[in-house]
Amino acid sequence: MSLDYLIVVLVTISIYAILVVSLNIVVGYAGQPNLAQGAFLGIGAYFAAVLSVRYGWSFWWTIPAAVGAAGVAGFVLGAISLRLREDFLAVTTIGLNFVVVAIFQYVPFFGGAVGVYAIPLPSIGDHQFGNADFLAVGLGMLAVVVGISWYLERTWFGAALLAIKDDETAAAATGIPVAPYKIGAFVLSSALAGLAGALYAPFISAVTPTSFGFSESVVILAMLMFGGLGVIGGAIAGAVVLGALPEVFRFISDYRLLAFGSILVFMLRFQPQGLFGEHSAVLATIGRVVPRRLGRRDAGSGPGRGPASDGPA
Amino acid sequence: MEVFASSAVQGIVQGSLYALIALGPSLTYGLLRILDVANAAGLTLGAYVGLEAYSATGQWWLALIAGAMAGAVLGWLIQRLLYRPILGRGPIVPLIAGIGVFIAAEEAFRLVFGPYNRTFAATLPLPALQVAGTQVTGVETLILLIGVTVFPATWWLLRRTSLGLAWRATSQDRETAQAMGINIGRVIASIFVIGYALAAVGGVLVGVTYNTVYPTMGDIPAYKMLAIIVLGGLGNPLGTILAAMLIGLVETFVVAYFGFVLPRDAIAFIALILILLVRPRGLLPGDEVVQ
Repeated sequence: MSLDYLIVVLVTISIYAILVVSLNIVVGYAGQPNLAQGAFLGIGAYFAAVLSVRYGWSFWWTIPAAVGAAGVAGFVLGAISLRLREDFLAVTTIGLNFVVVAIFQYVPFFGGAVGVYAIPLPSIGDHQFGNADFLAVGLGMLAVVVGISWYLERTWFGAALLAIKDDETAAAATGIPVAPYKIGAFVLSSALAGLAGALYAPFISAVTPTSFGFSESVVILAMLMFGGLGVIGGAIAGAVVLGALPEVFRFISDYRLLAFGSILVFMLRFQPQGLFGEHSAVLATIGRVVPRRLGRRDAGSGPGRGPASDGPA
Repeated sequence: MEVFASSAVQGIVQGSLYALIALGPSLTYGLLRILDVANAAGLTLGAYVGLEAYSATGQWWLALIAGAMAGAVLGWLIQRLLYRPILGRGPIVPLIAGIGVFIAAEEAFRLVFGPYNRTFAATLPLPALQVAGTQVTGVETLILLIGVTVFPATWWLLRRTSLGLAWRATSQDRETAQAMGINIGRVIASIFVIGYALAAVGGVLVGVTYNTVYPTMGDIPAYKMLAIIVLGGLGNPLGTILAAMLIGLVETFVVAYFGFVLPRDAIAFIALILILLVRPRGLLPGDEVVQ
């Protein structure tokens, strides 16, 4: 594996990590099902692509446009989420993928079935972007998204989202403005997915309608579940492990999807909380090995995980 | 008028197929509150096993039975090994686990049966009918027959059998039902066996209707049946059948009268989202009917 190829893989993983960490805001904190993150990535990527190819916008100006467009779409889904609960919302978000893909395909502004191609490389001054520059920008964007999530966890808004997740009615009864907060979570989450889209478009250099369908959304949510719902570190771990998987299994390329599906199933069957979720085996193991550091986080002392959970105090 | 009649017949054929495929996930949802995407793997498995059985024996009814049995076995395995251990884990874990099974199963089909399209040229000894000036093939007649009987059969299953009673009790309150002596494990197993067998029969019929069987043939049914069971009102199988017919008719009429303005599958979901915004719990919400 050449260094350049390794960098390409790392850029892909960092794009996934941005998507998963931002999805975590809606699914992990606010507890709303969302299987449309791939569609928001697509909206961001399409706006970035169209604006730079057809209107000659520079990469740096397409970023706020992509973020804004995806955020507006997130507002629409947030408004829908006020009316629909749980599984009805889950299936509606699935449907949203197909509607968005159909719009990309049939609205001439988005280039129809061929999509938009020959997206120019970004540049700083006279320096055109290489893969290493994409990686630097990707990691920078990821740092921003992680920073936002980290900060969110420490704000009243973040705490209110957790309350909405636990019990919406009770949250409303304690004076939390449920409707604007839910919409806010959707807007923030999808706007950050649009940020990933702004990087995706020039990196891949072409966008086509079918790149952003339901299967992409499934992969993103699967990464979050795999890593651990509601945990920033878990979200990143899920993106890294499942994102690297196709490369790790390249030598058995025929069985790649089989391996992907099986690993996902085994994880959710035997560790439904994911790698780094509450009371996960990984945390319990770390807690045993480094008890002092994680001791105060009460690693795995809750119910259900058996003898491993007690740990040496 | 001719376009109307043929669209109506085709829409009902399509709707009957949808009903057959969506009944399993609908019964499962009512019972466990799980959106079971893996059910579509039963459809593909049924189509392949049915095709193998038909190639070996040349008997169409053997193809249907073999497909149904394969589906039943798969359904039993999936509930026992996958869903039952993760029942208390909220809705998203089983949904993603089911999607994982579905992805892995499609790859397994591709590796076992080959990546190419295989033809399924079975002729059924049923008369090709003339309905309102439109030709209806033998297999379409069979599908129509199933479509006509599926509604009363489901009603009978839910209202007149002890399994139906157990299903209704469990869907209202699993723990109370268990406390009243209902063997939940057996109810779940029976529902999965029935649901996957129905999907497998649907798979054989889809294969014969379009004369093709391929590894990813379950893709479109997998998510479209979700739209149908949500539209019908989650947890209400009779609503599911109604919604299946509605989606089948809407798709066929939109395509017949407006051409391919949008892909057929987007039409189903746009209809779904619009109807849900008016009726957020579907056409016939489950608990209204159960009580």
